[in-house]
Amino acid sequence: MRMERNVAQIALFTALIAALGLIPQLTLPFGVPITAQSLGVMLCGTVLGAKRGGYAALLFVGLVAIGLPLLAGGRGGLGLFTAPTAGFLIGFPIAAFVTGLVMERLRGLPVGWAAGIAAVLGGVVTLYIFGIAGLAIVLGRSVIEAALLVTAFILGDLIKAVLAGLITAALFRARPHSILSRS
Amino acid sequence: MISLTSPVKTRAHGWPAGGKLLALCVFSAALFAAQDLWLQVGAALGVLVLYALPGQVFFWHGMRRLWPLWPFVVVLVAWHVVTGVPLEGAMIALRMMSAVGLANLVTMTTSLADMMAVVNWLLRPFARLGVNLRAIELAAAMVIRFTPVLAQKGGALAQSWRARSAKRAGWRVIVPFMVMALDDADRVAEALRARGGFEVDKTR
Repeated sequence: MRMERNVAQIALFTALIAALGLIPQLTLPFGVPITAQSLGVMLCGTVLGAKRGGYAALLFVGLVAIGLPLLAGGRGGLGLFTAPTAGFLIGFPIAAFVTGLVMERLRGLPVGWAAGIAAVLGGVVTLYIFGIAGLAIVLGRSVIEAALLVTAFILGDLIKAVLAGLITAALFRARPHSILSRS
Repeated sequence: MISLTSPVKTRAHGWPAGGKLLALCVFSAALFAAQDLWLQVGAALGVLVLYALPGQVFFWHGMRRLWPLWPFVVVLVAWHVVTGVPLEGAMIALRMMSAVGLANLVTMTTSLADMMAVVNWLLRPFARLGVNLRAIELAAAMVIRFTPVLAQKGGALAQSWRARSAKRAGWRVIVPFMVMALDDADRVAEALRARGGFEVDKTR
């Protein structure tokens, strides 16, 4: 049963990342301009743990690459992998993996706090390292110049990391056994 | 679910997907290696011609896909004009548009089935290392099936929130949304198990 459960959970979470980009009625506080998709990546890590969370995000990126319009706004295809924002997309699986890894290491902390910290380290720090590197390469600029371009978005993603913590804590109360990074 | 393949049939639809992907890799690498403005102008014009060849519908369809790049073009040009090297800015902007344009062209002229075949071929060596290809294929199919289902359920949750509140559904609605997804996963896992699951692979 374990294999079936793993595959089903990975597939459903991949679909969840995609669905979070498709629901127009969902808005984040303070009018965060970007979608909830990177929140989905953080949640993959905090809920499924490093390995399964990473696989779910990897499957998402793979399906986008072969031409499924799963990114917010119905975007997809190979063009996204040579675009300036390619680093963020390529960084999704690693961000989910790091989030899960930190989550698994912080067993001593309450779920919400652990998930929030994990989401900051994985979903923000790790993701931005990849994102900024991608921007620097495609735009032919230095890393610092590329970093300046995205500073406006960091606050929004930090808010998402806090939300990832709150959501994971609420999920832990609703379905304690579902938080695989804790079982 | 719709894919991003162009409905306008072109001659390139019939070419082998693996070849197109390999060519894309070679041309993208060449684009990034060429540090010359005129080479980049030529490449950009070449990409435009490729888009124009299958006709008007295909051309404008493709151009719409490149439109999201405009903020980057603005930033690049503004930055280089301010720092006094506008030609370098033009070169980088052209390179970026050509690279995205070419990759997008491959997506537009390759069917999902052909892409999946290439992915399958690429993953085959890993099967010997214990990677379960059948699980990956099944997971991919399930994502395609469940994305619209989850989006619909999420939309329904957001609507029922609005029916009870003056405000729009915020992040709180994601919690029941995820509970639903996790419960769905449990049921799907049971259904897979009931139909033999992945046991078949072990007995082989």
